[in-house]
Amino acid sequence: MTIKSVLVANRGEIAVRIVTAAKALGIRTVQVHSAADADMLAVKLADEAVDIGPPAAKKSYLNIEAIIAAAKEKGVDAIHPGYGFLSENGDFADAVEKAGMIFIGPSGDAIRTLGDKVAARDVARRAGVPTVPGSDGRLADGAAATALAAEIGYPVMIKAAAGGGGRGIRIVADEAELEKQFPLASAEAQAAFGDGGLYMEKVITRARHVEVQIFGDGENFVHLFERECSLQRRRQKVWEEAPSAGLDADVRQKLCESAVALAREVKYRGAGTVEYLYDDKTGEFYFIEVNTRIQVEHPVTEMITGFDLVQEMFNVAGGAPLSVTQDEISENGHAIECRINAEDPFKGFLPTPGAITKLVVPEGKGIRFDTMLYEGYAIPPFYDSLLGKLIVHAESREACLEKLAVTLEKLTIEGVATTVPLHLALARDATVASGDYHTRFLEGWLEEDFARLADEKEEVA
Amino acid sequence: MSKIEIKSPLPGTFYRASSPEAAPFKADGDAVADTDTIGLIEVMKTFQEIPAGVSGKAITFLVDNEEAVMAGQVIAEVEA
Repeated sequence: MTIKSVLVANRGEIAVRIVTAAKALGIRTVQVHSAADADMLAVKLADEAVDIGPPAAKKSYLNIEAIIAAAKEKGVDAIHPGYGFLSENGDFADAVEKAGMIFIGPSGDAIRTLGDKVAARDVARRAGVPTVPGSDGRLADGAAATALAAEIGYPVMIKAAAGGGGRGIRIVADEAELEKQFPLASAEAQAAFGDGGLYMEKVITRARHVEVQIFGDGENFVHLFERECSLQRRRQKVWEEAPSAGLDADVRQKLCESAVALAREVKYRGAGTVEYLYDDKTGEFYFIEVNTRIQVEHPVTEMITGFDLVQEMFNVAGGAPLSVTQDEISENGHAIECRINAEDPFKGFLPTPGAITKLVVPEGKGIRFDTMLYEGYAIPPFYDSLLGKLIVHAESREACLEKLAVTLEKLTIEGVATTVPLHLALARDATVASGDYHTRFLEGWLEEDFARLADEKEEVA
Repeated sequence: MSKIEIKSPLPGTFYRASSPEAAPFKADGDAVADTDTIGLIEVMKTFQEIPAGVSGKAITFLVDNEEAVMAGQVIAEVEA
């Protein structure tokens, strides 16, 4: 059934993106919003809007009953969950289907399987996708631990099998330390969890975060190349690129093919992302997880492939086969996305909700700004701080960085502090330009290089 | 007997305790010292501690747990 109407169960910039894609396809749009979001841009753009509850997300954007009720009242064919909120909630997907509507995403079962760390690791193994080397369960004893560590290489992490949330984890650098720590860790696990069982995983110390965009219709599966998201702060992506600056052609092909194999293994339907750690010293990559939704950073893929991922989500969810085959997907040039957040990078990234007094967005070929902002909009304090994403495309990475710096200089957001100055400093940084970084790079850079820039700024002011 | 107001420095969601299972930082009627934490404000998914900023007797909360507050809104009063 072709989708003729959709309810957007999200907010912010991604709701704007989804409403815009639906409108381009002639689909009627219904936008839900909390009481704090009545003025948001997606509400203004959508054909209709429904207030689904108080500001707190659990009473509105996470309220399955309220969302299903709104969808029924408006008689829509489908619900698009966006990212975050209910997008990877298998029970929500089931509830939408049960109410006789289409959930724009994979089945509830697929979401649950791929959302479970152990089950997803099993899927990856069956598909022949490399996982982080380690024990396939509990280690029998200290001797088994040293034998395995010698095989996979130090440093290794020993973790309490019954643990969670980072508790009971020890990182050891060599065999002597492992022999000393193993009995201690086991005793500690026994005391803390009533179970002394331990397992082991190799520690990948300097890795890049590389992920592959996949798309499936349940029978056909393609990849749309990779994105690199190594620049992170507190495990949150700050800046994303396509293609990765650190992959050679051979590794890249293997990586992308492994993601397609994984999609095929679960007969994947919809847009998804397979995330990996990539060790550029050894050329090895390791599966981390699958995200069963559209990602924040999807625009960099769209910029290099010219393929509209959100529109394709509507087509496939409506029952159409994939509109492209693998050999019809090509890439061109380089794209970088900067996440513009309502945070003050000069004050420890303190959140800065408030009213936007002026907004000037540069326009031009290869420049895209996906945003929830407009002049006069008051950013509410109840949700995450993402205001928009500046995406720049050029023929090479070098040209892209240059264009990005110029575009960031022209982007004017007044009324609240944003992370624009951080991105401008990154766009001009020599290490960023070299492409030689890893997931722990940005935090060190913020403490040293950016702190120095902030001091200089203070002296000038 | 005069009252001193404690205002929220930020807009966001006010919490009386550090987690849903924990006891409130302060109960109505408690005495407070300047540096005591009286609650948390969640703003854009980050939590900021709210110090009393004043010393006094018998705090009275004017805002419920998990209630939305504006910057400058009075969240509690203490007796001087």
